[in-house]
Amino acid sequence: MHNQSPSKRIHNFDEVPLGYTKDQALLEASRCLDCKNPLCVPACPVAVQIPEFIKAIKEEDMEKGYKIIYQDNVLPSICGRVCPQEKQCEGACILGKKHSPIAIGALERYVGDFGLSSQQEITITDNHQKIAIVGSGPAGLSNAYSMRKLGYNVTIYEALHDFGGVLQYGIPEFRLPKAIVKQEIDKLKTLGVHFEKNSVIGKTITIDQLFNEKDNQAIFIGSGAGLPRALNVPGENFSGVYYANEFLTRVNLMKSNDFPHHTTPIKVGNNVAVIGGGNVAMDAARTAKRLGAKNVFILYRRDMTSLPARKEEISHAEEEGIDFRLLLNPVAFKGNNYIVNQVVCETMKLGEKDASGRHRPIGTKTYQTIDIDSAIVSIGQSPNPILSRTTKQLETDQWGRIVTHDYQTSIPGVFAGGDVVSGAATVILAMGAGKDASIYMNQYIQEKRS
Amino acid sequence: MAKIIHKEALNHTTDLIEIEAQEIAKNYQPGQFVIVRANQYAERIPLTVVKTTKKTITLIVQKVGYSTKEIGHLTIGDDVLDVVGPLGNAIEIHDIKHVLAVAGGVGAAPLYPQLYAYHQKGITITLVLGAKSDSYLILEDAFKAICDHIYITTDDGSKGLKGFVTDQIKALLDENTYDHAIAIGPLVMMKHVVALNKKHQLHTDVSLNPIMIDGTGMCGNCRVTIGNETYFACIDGPDFLGDNVDFDELIARQNYYQDEEHICRLKLVNEDE
Ligand SMILES: Cc1cc2nc3c(=O)[nH]c(=O)nc-3n(C[C@H](O)[C@H](O)[C@H](O)COP(=O)(O)OP(=O)(O)OC[C@H]3O[C@@H](n4cnc5c(N)ncnc54)[C@H](O)[C@@H]3O)c2cc1C
Ligand SMILES: Cc1cc2nc3c(=O)[nH]c(=O)nc-3n(C[C@H](O)[C@H](O)[C@H](O)COP(=O)(O)OP(=O)(O)OC[C@H]3O[C@@H](n4cnc5c(N)ncnc54)[C@H](O)[C@@H]3O)c2cc1C
Ligand code: SF4
Ligand code: SF4
Ligand code: FES
Repeated sequence: MHNQSPSKRIHNFDEVPLGYTKDQALLEASRCLDCKNPLCVPACPVAVQIPEFIKAIKEEDMEKGYKIIYQDNVLPSICGRVCPQEKQCEGACILGKKHSPIAIGALERYVGDFGLSSQQEITITDNHQKIAIVGSGPAGLSNAYSMRKLGYNVTIYEALHDFGGVLQYGIPEFRLPKAIVKQEIDKLKTLGVHFEKNSVIGKTITIDQLFNEKDNQAIFIGSGAGLPRALNVPGENFSGVYYANEFLTRVNLMKSNDFPHHTTPIKVGNNVAVIGGGNVAMDAARTAKRLGAKNVFILYRRDMTSLPARKEEISHAEEEGIDFRLLLNPVAFKGNNYIVNQVVCETMKLGEKDASGRHRPIGTKTYQTIDIDSAIVSIGQSPNPILSRTTKQLETDQWGRIVTHDYQTSIPGVFAGGDVVSGAATVILAMGAGKDASIYMNQYIQEKRS
Repeated sequence: MAKIIHKEALNHTTDLIEIEAQEIAKNYQPGQFVIVRANQYAERIPLTVVKTTKKTITLIVQKVGYSTKEIGHLTIGDDVLDVVGPLGNAIEIHDIKHVLAVAGGVGAAPLYPQLYAYHQKGITITLVLGAKSDSYLILEDAFKAICDHIYITTDDGSKGLKGFVTDQIKALLDENTYDHAIAIGPLVMMKHVVALNKKHQLHTDVSLNPIMIDGTGMCGNCRVTIGNETYFACIDGPDFLGDNVDFDELIARQNYYQDEEHICRLKLVNEDE
């Protein structure tokens, strides 16, 4: 797939990979062996029927291809762009053993984008029973789709003024255009799903009120992992030290890259340190570059092979001149008048493998100080606490994750899935949870009524 | 969207607006705030809910910068694009006999619902109400109805004592004792009131007003250091015991976008022309 050239793209927020032309898609599809026992399918968390949809591409029947994917994945244009394919479907593709695997993500994106503009005929028979969904991220959206298909009257409540969860406020435009997120949401609206913005469940409306006053039969919580994790080092609250969520929200949700036309400001300066090595860190670093920072460096406490980010994002970041400074662990921020101007890092070395199978970083007691204008802490998120704090009976574990059994929480009729249950994970896993939970929700409601 | 059904100017920089927001009004408790976005280009800004009826909430907005001025441009019948809440926690009404309350400028607005709650519990209230000058004082009559003693200070002496609220508090603390204090106003004012009260072993609740975006604990913009701990004002506050708040750090955080805010205000001047 062709990309926007690095020298050009660091000055804009347009999407980096340009997507396949029809000829390119046909050519790539033609390489698929249509395996009898496809290794790619079980490696996809929602088991998209990969050889079938690729066969439809070969037959140039994109409509059919779209329908095949849509059975298992209602956001193909999004997953095609953001799934960690190298760890999932593409990582298992048999062709990868000797040559390069089929570019399943790129093909899925191609078919998904085709489907965005096509009208789908799904007949829904209303069963006149209401359910409520908390949060409009991938978990909530996919639960909405599944429940609506079963005939339920579905309302999604979203705390922010725009829908999509991390797809909207977290993942940047150059990786996932917001127009696509909007189109996917509009499709759900056409199916009759109701969307309520500015509704913080637990505050604006409580779980009790959703049941007793709004007459919902069941509730799905997909409130995500929106609570930034702190480094807990001195100087972390100086101005100029951002959590990635704030930094990315300013740009993606509030459009501060269009300041002052949009009036929410953002400030990066010339030297920006991004702390962490996941997708969030790559997104923050590449966003900082596009906002005009001269030197953006990633501070990561392990080595290059341990970076948890998607492979494509790492190589795009490298092409864009993001400087990877490895085996460094920030231990303090220094500042002048409470505004950050330096980060002190301890040099690390790699020790034994830990539970995650990666080498544990060990401090060496040698330190270096780096001059910076701003820092973006991107070391992970915990579940958002608003709901659990305001809903006393809702059981959570020591990390604040909602505890579930077959997707049901400690409150009967209240189900949950996605990052709020698993901790920060992936779009496709959140979608899979939303979809699977619908089976148990439907069962719960039907049993209660009979 | 929320319709403005009533609006009045409390003084030349401060407006009171009443907007339709039935759901927010229903679950509201004193101390809570909303986040408002005037239009699709606007910032999200926090404003305290001062009063509610069954269907409406009342906000008091001091027009200090671009976003608050934009809200000031809206009139009765206009819609505010986004209003979300009630956010933050309800205040804790201490079980005491006599409270010393201090308001600086528009801080009188968030203080009002708190004092109203104290008044309803039958607690004696002494209020020090401070402002730049006579024309900046707000809610004086509303406070008169619920406070037992009111002292006014203005920087220029146009009404009450000429000086800062701390000058008046010093005099009061020499003569009287109080069980607890509340101070709401500009950060510098709260900082000095807390320091002064501490010398008299008087604990002070403050309502903190850091820059916010989501108001749901997601972004971390609103963090404040208290003791050696970090708190998020939107979900842990906005009211805190002020004794160990790092006010200097918070003042720096509040001023971080000063240059950019200035650019925005220039934009407003151009639009007004
Ligand atoms: C910057 C960034 C980049 C990422 N990149 C990738 C990637 O490339 N590939 C990938 O697979 N994954 C990626 N992820 C992870 C992925 O986005 C998440 O795992 C996924 O979005 C989780 O979905 P969710 O539906 O559980 O929650 P979220 O997407 O977090 O959505 C939760 C929604 O619920 C709302 N909400 C919260 N509380 C309430 C409440 N009380 N009432 C109403 N609404 C509420 C929130 O405002 C939010 O809109 C990334 C994450 C981030 C932050
Ligand atoms: C919990 C809380 C309750 C508040 N209640 C009231 C109230 O009842 N009445 C009232 O008049 N004001 C209140 N404020 C303050 C109000 O939010 C700010 O005055 C307003 O955001 C300023 O925006 P501006 O664009 O007009 O001014 P700007 O020119 O942008 O800034 C002026 C000052 O406001 C601060 N500020 C800027 N943007 C924000 C933001 N998004 N969030 C918070 N502060 C910001 C800046 O640090 C600066 O010091 C409250 C603040 C908080 C946090
Ligand atoms: S949903 Fe993700 S993992 Fe599954 S086939 Fe599509 S790109 Fe691969
Ligand atoms: S494993 Fe590879 S070659 Fe085989 S069906 Fe899947 S995508 Fe095609
Ligand atoms: S305003 Fe974003 S966390 Fe408090």
